[in-house]
Amino acid sequence: MYFFDPHIHMASRTTDELAALSRAGCVGLGEPAFWMGYDRSGLDSFRDYFRQLTEWEPKRAAAYGIRHYCWIGMNSKEAENVAFAREVIALLPEFLDRPGVLGVGEIGLNKNTPNEVATLEALLDLALGRDEQILFHTPHLEDKYKGTRMILDLLRADRRVDRSRIVIDHCEEHTIRLALDEGYWAGITLYPTTKATPERAADMVEIYGPERILVNSSADWGPSDPLAVPAFISVMRRRGHAESLIRRIVYDSPLRLFNQSHNFQFTPPE
Amino acid sequence: MSHPLDASQTLDREFLAIRSKLLDVAAALDRIDRAKGSVVGDPRLDKIRQSLGLLSSATADRTEAVEMIFSLPYQADWRKV
Repeated sequence: MYFFDPHIHMASRTTDELAALSRAGCVGLGEPAFWMGYDRSGLDSFRDYFRQLTEWEPKRAAAYGIRHYCWIGMNSKEAENVAFAREVIALLPEFLDRPGVLGVGEIGLNKNTPNEVATLEALLDLALGRDEQILFHTPHLEDKYKGTRMILDLLRADRRVDRSRIVIDHCEEHTIRLALDEGYWAGITLYPTTKATPERAADMVEIYGPERILVNSSADWGPSDPLAVPAFISVMRRRGHAESLIRRIVYDSPLRLFNQSHNFQFTPPE
Repeated sequence: MSHPLDASQTLDREFLAIRSKLLDVAAALDRIDRAKGSVVGDPRLDKIRQSLGLLSSATADRTEAVEMIFSLPYQADWRKV
C-alpha cells in the first residue's frame, strides 16, 4: 500500500532508511523544522537548516522515489529566548515560498512558559498573515494536556484561523477529542515510550473514526521508528479493517491536507 | 466505528500481551523495592498506584483516565496566572 509519513525528521535519519521507506510503499513525507537535539548558536545555523530542508533533503528522498515536503518554523524548545526567536521568525519568509514548503511548523509549546507563548504568538501572527497552513507540536508527557488546551485557547482567540488548515500533532487519548471536536486535523505520533503505539493509534481510529486523523512516526535522532506507519498499517490489517479505510488514513488524508498548501505539487503513482 | 473483532477474539489476541506487560510492571516495582535507598513519598509512585487502581475498575476510557493522572492541571485563566 502506498502511504505518506506526514511527520518525519529525515535530516536525522540515514539514506538506508529512505530506501527502507521506499520499499515499504512510502511515496511522500512531510518534514517539519524542529529541535535538532541541541540549541543552535546563531541565525545562520537556522538558515543552513532551512536550506537543508528545502534543497538537500528533497534531492536525497527523490533518489528513492519519495517526494519530500517540509514545514518551516521554530520549535518551542528554542523559543525561550524571545529576542533571538524574533530574528529567526524574520528569516522564515525567505523560505516559505519555496517549492514543497507546506506551511509553518512545527510550532507550539514545550514547557508552557510565558516566553514560549510570546514566541508562539509571533509565529502564529506570521503564519495567519500569510495564509499558511500550520503544524502544531503539542508538549510531551505531563505538559501535553495543559499545553494543548493553551494552544487551542490561542487559536480560538484569533478570527483569522481556518481550522481545516491546521494540524494539532502528537495527540493522545486525552487530547485527540479536543482537536477533532474543534475541527482541526489530529496527528497521532507512533513513538516509543513517550507517545502512542500503533495499537493505541488503531484504537483511537476505531473510537473517533478516520476523518481528519493523521498517523506519523516523527522519527528523529531519538529512539524512534521510521517504519512506524507501515507498522500501523499492519496492526489495522490484523484487526480486519478494510484496505480502503487504511488507505484513507495513510494516503488520502495526508494528500488532502498537503494539497491545501500553496507550494504543494504531487503526481500520484500509477 | 467498531472494532471488527468481538470481545472474545480480542481477549484471545491480547491476553498474553497483557500478562507480559503486567509482569513488566510488577518486576519494575520489585526492582525499585530491592534497590538501595528509599522513594517513599515520591509523587510518581502515587501516580503509578492510582493508575493501577484505575486499571482494575470497570470504568470505560481507562487510557484517557491514566493519561490524566500523569498530566499537569490546566487552568482556563492561565494568561492571568
